[in-house]
Amino acid sequence: MQEAALQMPDTVPGQRVISAHHLDLTFQTNDGPVHALKDVSLDVAKGEFVSFIGPSGCGKTTFLRCMADLEHPTGGEITINGVSPEEARRSRAYGYVFQAAGLYPWRTIGGNVRLPLEIMGYSKAEQVERVARVLELVELTGFENKFPWQLSGGMQQRASIARALAFDADILLMDEPFGALDEIVRDHLNEQLLKLWARTQKTIAFVTHSIPEAVYLSTKIVVMSPRPGRITDVIDSPLPPDRPLDIRDTPEFLEVAHRVREGLRAGHSDE
Amino acid sequence: MSRNTLPVLTVVLAIFLLWYIAAIFLNAAWAHDKATRSGEVLTAQTLVADTWSQEKPKLPAPHQVGTEIWKTTVEKKITSKRSLIYHSWVTLSATLLGFALGTGLGIALAVGIVYNRTMDMSVMPWVIASQTIPILAIAPMIIVVLNAVGISGLLPKAMISMYLSFFPVVVGMVKGLRSPDAMQLDQMRTWNASAAQMFWRLRLPSSMPFLFTSLKIAMAASLVGAIVGELPTGAVAGLGARLLAGSYYGQTIQIWSALIMAAALAAALVALIGFVQRMTLKRMGMA
Repeated sequence: MQEAALQMPDTVPGQRVISAHHLDLTFQTNDGPVHALKDVSLDVAKGEFVSFIGPSGCGKTTFLRCMADLEHPTGGEITINGVSPEEARRSRAYGYVFQAAGLYPWRTIGGNVRLPLEIMGYSKAEQVERVARVLELVELTGFENKFPWQLSGGMQQRASIARALAFDADILLMDEPFGALDEIVRDHLNEQLLKLWARTQKTIAFVTHSIPEAVYLSTKIVVMSPRPGRITDVIDSPLPPDRPLDIRDTPEFLEVAHRVREGLRAGHSDE
Repeated sequence: MSRNTLPVLTVVLAIFLLWYIAAIFLNAAWAHDKATRSGEVLTAQTLVADTWSQEKPKLPAPHQVGTEIWKTTVEKKITSKRSLIYHSWVTLSATLLGFALGTGLGIALAVGIVYNRTMDMSVMPWVIASQTIPILAIAPMIIVVLNAVGISGLLPKAMISMYLSFFPVVVGMVKGLRSPDAMQLDQMRTWNASAAQMFWRLRLPSSMPFLFTSLKIAMAASLVGAIVGELPTGAVAGLGARLLAGSYYGQTIQIWSALIMAAALAAALVALIGFVQRMTLKRMGMA
């Protein structure tokens, strides 16, 4: 049963969920233009788990924000589910998990998860049903009536993931969601995230600083480098779908990690 | 609570001590005058006794003020024109109406400033300028102008209260409504929330701690406004009228009892807001 639950979602190569072509984004600052993204092209198929990794300023978060219509590219084109990011945002095509949990202190955990549902006009009965379901998904059942400050940082971040899952977005955009957590909590959440991904069949775009995290989670690893922000390598992971934590000691894993590290080093060679 | 009792009592005791000592020095001249005229010789003891019991002292002793307050509150019928409770109520009603108007105006202006770029660029300087004008200078004009258009009684005083109390509310609420960080606003955007939803579910709840802090200042300012509104108009009722009448006739004890009453009123009102604040923030899980 457990085996079946961990089946990797079927990726459908023909169906491009995220598609960027020659994307440019230049910020005009007082010190001259900053090329946050330059000539970035990427296709992500349905059901993939894509990690974006690179040093600060490589544009990985900017790229994610472009997908979410929170930044606007100055050149090139990007489509989400075949439409513009703005249309995708308006049709609530994605859930976005920020670096900080960002739970409202005046709302309970249940109230926080319910927030997007209220905004989107779900019926009361459906709100209750969905909140219960996603809290179960992130193993927070029973914490519905607790306030955020009563929960640990890891639990808060799980609640914020539940909130992003509560409505029917089939894309999950995650911006260093576990960056502020300690390594043990992080390992646990990574394991849970993989299970959740297998159960929900969502397409996940995941920004991270951590090489082991990227390799452990992803079906595709996008290595980026700064000045200008660009993609230096795209690695399709050869790792099997079923990934216990100790897969990180296998030669395959180390080989992928090595390739990511090489990619990051190449991006830094100009410094 | 009990941890604070001792320090507070110590301070109160020190104030009373200083007050009694000051009364001796300030009222001694009059006591000596009286003694010279009647040919008496003042011992230290009779001097002190006299300075603490004069009818129109420069500085009345605390117990004199206390007795006056007792006589004009407990021992007078509320309907009496000499009842301090009656006068307090007159001032309080103007204060509360002005506070309500000021809070409403303040919140409305803050919402405008946060949501409307034109207002953001234009309103704040005027709000600040309005507070640089001495209230004593425009209070009579407000009353005269409103009287000319047929508005008299409670409302003109309440307008002066409003004039003073809307300011802290505007400043606090602009800051409060802008307190959600970029991430929280982005998050609302990802849910395609409407401006109204963003206001009611994010900006307004976020601003609550700011609002209550502003309300405390606004309440105190509102009381000052109501008293000031009673001063230049020859009002016959209200704490301001008591202050004015007292100063006409040199009734220092009456002035001081009105002052103490005003201070007690302000303290009670601010404490009330503090209580509502604690209840609200506790219910919101923010306390």
